[in-house]
Amino acid sequence: MEVGQMQRRLVDYTKSLFMEGFLDAQFLQLQQLQDESNPDFVVEVVSLFFDDSEKLLNDLTMALDQPNVDFKKVDAHVHQLKGSSSSIGAQRVKNACIAFRSFCEEQNIDATLRCLQQVKQEYYLVKNKLETMLRLEQQIVAAGGSIPMIELGF
Amino acid sequence: MSGNGASSSSLNMISGEDVVNNNLSALVVDDSPLLRLLHDIHLKKYGLKVQVAENGKVAVDLFHLGASFDLVLMDKEMPVMNGVEATKELRAMGVTSMIVGVTSKNGPGEQQAFMEAGLDYCFEKPLTPEIISFLLEELNKHNNKN
Repeated sequence: MEVGQMQRRLVDYTKSLFMEGFLDAQFLQLQQLQDESNPDFVVEVVSLFFDDSEKLLNDLTMALDQPNVDFKKVDAHVHQLKGSSSSIGAQRVKNACIAFRSFCEEQNIDATLRCLQQVKQEYYLVKNKLETMLRLEQQIVAAGGSIPMIELGF
Repeated sequence: MSGNGASSSSLNMISGEDVVNNNLSALVVDDSPLLRLLHDIHLKKYGLKVQVAENGKVAVDLFHLGASFDLVLMDKEMPVMNGVEATKELRAMGVTSMIVGVTSKNGPGEQQAFMEAGLDYCFEKPLTPEIISFLLEELNKHNNKN
């Protein structure tokens, strides 16, 4: 596939992530922070998000598996996950965390378990999408092309 | 008690609409490596010299060791020493840096408690380019007065 085609494919794929609500404008801001002095910034931030999230999801699974659930602890983990997902623009994960927190407040064990599943689902979906997007970018760079900037005006 | 903004002088080279903040320094205090990286790169893009600290105690210790920063971005919820405690300590030490609280969306009561610890401003994380521009304008205004 020639570079122009790959670039168009990347643009279309990235736009779809915004249209489907996986990403919001915060992700565009991350891309705008990447430049020659920080060429891997987006990859670094996304990798940190993956590491953070997987640890938090493990912590949440364990916290909700206790005979006496400490909802304050659960809420603290969700709060962190909400913060990091919001920081990279992972909108659906962030929204799932918002709902999760309200059930933590109610100390509703059934609802929080459902929320955990929902957050996990959203996380794995966006992880998959971001990995695909970053792979497309790598292919373009390997072929000697540059990463096209996406503009929010579509 | 509230802070009064930056201490040291700054050199501003105004080029068109851009203000390059070559002599301004910032400390990003956040327990999230992701947020530290994000704010670090963001501020460096505006020309600031940036250091990071993973919790309030590390930040306070830096000041105890004689470090000074024009701007401190202070996360609220952190282990070891949270942002409220760290801000109170810094102000008690006589630190006059601009301290900006950075929080997740919480109730107004929680932000108020953070402000009362001695913040100059408090914003929701992550900081947007518009907010960072505003803060740097305020810093530069303050420095130009001194």
